[in-house]
Amino acid sequence: MAPVPPADPSPSPLSAAKLPAPKPPWWRDRRVVPWVVQAVVGLLVLLLIAFLLGNLIRNLTAAGLLLSWRWLQQPAGFDISESVIPFNAQLPYWRALAAGLVNTIRAVLVGLVGATLLGTLVGMASFSHNGLLRRLARVYVEVVRNIPLLLQLVFWYFVVFLTLPNGLAAIQLPGVVLAKSGLYVAGLGEGLRWMGPTLVNGVWQAPLRLSVEFGALLTGLIVYSGAFIAEVVRGGIAAVPKGQWEAASSLGLSWFATLRRIVLPQSLRVIVPGLNTQYISLAKNSSLAVAVGYTDLYSVAETTLNQTGRAVEVILVLLAAYLTLDLLISALMNGLNHLVQIRER
Amino acid sequence: MTRAGLLALAALFGLMGCAAGNESPGSPTMAKIRERGRLVCAVDGAVPGFSTVGPGGAFVGIDADFCRAVAAAVLGDATNVEFRPVTAGERFVALSSGEVDLLSISSTHTLSRDAPGGNTLSFGPVFFYDGQGVMVPRASGIRRLRDLDGKPICVESGTNTELNLADRMRELGVAYQPLRFQSGEQAYPAYEQGRCAAITSDSSLLAAKRSGFKDPAAHGLLPELLSKEPSAKVTVQADPAWADAVRWVTHTLVQAEESGLTQANVEARAAAARRDASQAEERRFLGVEGDFGRQLGLPADFTVRVVKAVGNYGELFERHLGRATPLGLERGLNRLWTRGGLHIAPPFR
Repeated sequence: MAPVPPADPSPSPLSAAKLPAPKPPWWRDRRVVPWVVQAVVGLLVLLLIAFLLGNLIRNLTAAGLLLSWRWLQQPAGFDISESVIPFNAQLPYWRALAAGLVNTIRAVLVGLVGATLLGTLVGMASFSHNGLLRRLARVYVEVVRNIPLLLQLVFWYFVVFLTLPNGLAAIQLPGVVLAKSGLYVAGLGEGLRWMGPTLVNGVWQAPLRLSVEFGALLTGLIVYSGAFIAEVVRGGIAAVPKGQWEAASSLGLSWFATLRRIVLPQSLRVIVPGLNTQYISLAKNSSLAVAVGYTDLYSVAETTLNQTGRAVEVILVLLAAYLTLDLLISALMNGLNHLVQIRER
Repeated sequence: MTRAGLLALAALFGLMGCAAGNESPGSPTMAKIRERGRLVCAVDGAVPGFSTVGPGGAFVGIDADFCRAVAAAVLGDATNVEFRPVTAGERFVALSSGEVDLLSISSTHTLSRDAPGGNTLSFGPVFFYDGQGVMVPRASGIRRLRDLDGKPICVESGTNTELNLADRMRELGVAYQPLRFQSGEQAYPAYEQGRCAAITSDSSLLAAKRSGFKDPAAHGLLPELLSKEPSAKVTVQADPAWADAVRWVTHTLVQAEESGLTQANVEARAAAARRDASQAEERRFLGVEGDFGRQLGLPADFTVRVVKAVGNYGELFERHLGRATPLGLERGLNRLWTRGGLHIAPPFR
């Protein structure tokens, strides 16, 4: 057989006929139009922002209130009793704000851990075989999440914590004292000597001290957010197919082992995005601390605002601080979310 | 976020949203008050003797009556007042954002609050001379400030008292724990429940709050005063004409007492002054002669209206704060200058 002649390298008449299509006008070009629309919208947004900022600056100038940050260096002049970082009245305002921020972060971090533990336990309890436990979990969630947090904080502070006995009448256990002024725990004191709580001049002293204000805020935040997290966890567990429970059961795994080893790990991918929202709410809700006398960022900012008269600047600092805190929490949770997602193998 | 924050935000966005206002002659605030037909006046609302909600639902107290006096002067009717209760922390923002026309709250006149580089507020003449005191339970055995070493002290945040306390304790070298509350509504119950060994504020406010305690006699004030607290009525710096009007309403109350004009006799005395051209000083004060009212942008007889509405300064004091009231305060520094006190009105001429 004669070898097959090589394919004709010249272009076929058909492809020769495929002339470059006449270029459509730019307003019908699908590569151009979206860009134009986006540019116009973007420009409008920028113009609006410029207009608002321009007005702000013009009006602030007219009112003699143009943004100034010099006050940050002025001595604050007020004291903070419960500060993790050292603080006294001679230090500048920015140190006071920093002390407030650290107090806020402290409440938020402990609150996150506490609310997660409580919420997970209650969420798990709502799948318990024990009817009483299941109903208790429902009652807790329904009562707590339907009462405003501010009311709950005031309740915890004035009705629960401030009715604790004081002085010698305080609740005393070995190494731990719970009094009206706070919780006192034994620890390593000055000179690394072991020190228990002692009553000095009518006031309890101990190496580790938590004020009732912090206690009330923390209790309020944990109980409140715990209820919402319990619902998120319940939703997550309910999302795991029933077959998983049945398979585990047929393998002879107990209820708790099924939950811990089979169901919870799978439910995480549903739970984590919901948790993110709850964590962010908790961080923002911590600003209600002013209602119970806990000196957080908001409380310091309010005094600062009053003393300096720099309302706009102080509010900008507050906005930036809470935004940063929430974005950080969100970023961490998104990272976690990425870890627990199903990975295709 | 609390109301102070919201107000500040509202101020921020308000300032962003509206185009720069053009300065009109006269007082924009007074024009606004006349247009809406009532004065929006900030009071504390929870301090007996100064401003509380009375049994009939109306605000009573010397601060509330001052609002009425201003409404009488500007609008001719003392009842055209909208009272706005605000906390110590949010009062200045409420004023500078235009939320209220006037602060009739014990606000100590200080440099940083007054100066254009500070809070940009405008303070009237001193309305009430006070000093910061410290209240303790009588049974506590605390007799002096030094006895408060290491103890918790309740204080309202955002107030001058918070700073004075820090200053004085630093001078004395006394370590204490400040418990900062956003408003008196939290600070005083916390003190009454025994959370703090002491509570500090202006002496008159302490006496006022004590009168509302379950057992007022169980609490006493320490003999030491921490500071002088001359408190005044506050308006915005941006409207000097309005500040002047409020200033001269205060002077009217004091001058009326000095001239012996009372709520009961002011109209008869005004009628007498109209008939008798020889009473030059009284004729000027009561607006029969001269155009002093108009110079302030107020009616000619604004002084008569003010005294008719609320009485003179002495009457106000005795009605709300004096011996016959639960507060039982002495006039002390708040007497007229003619009786050894500090209140003096500049000449009405």
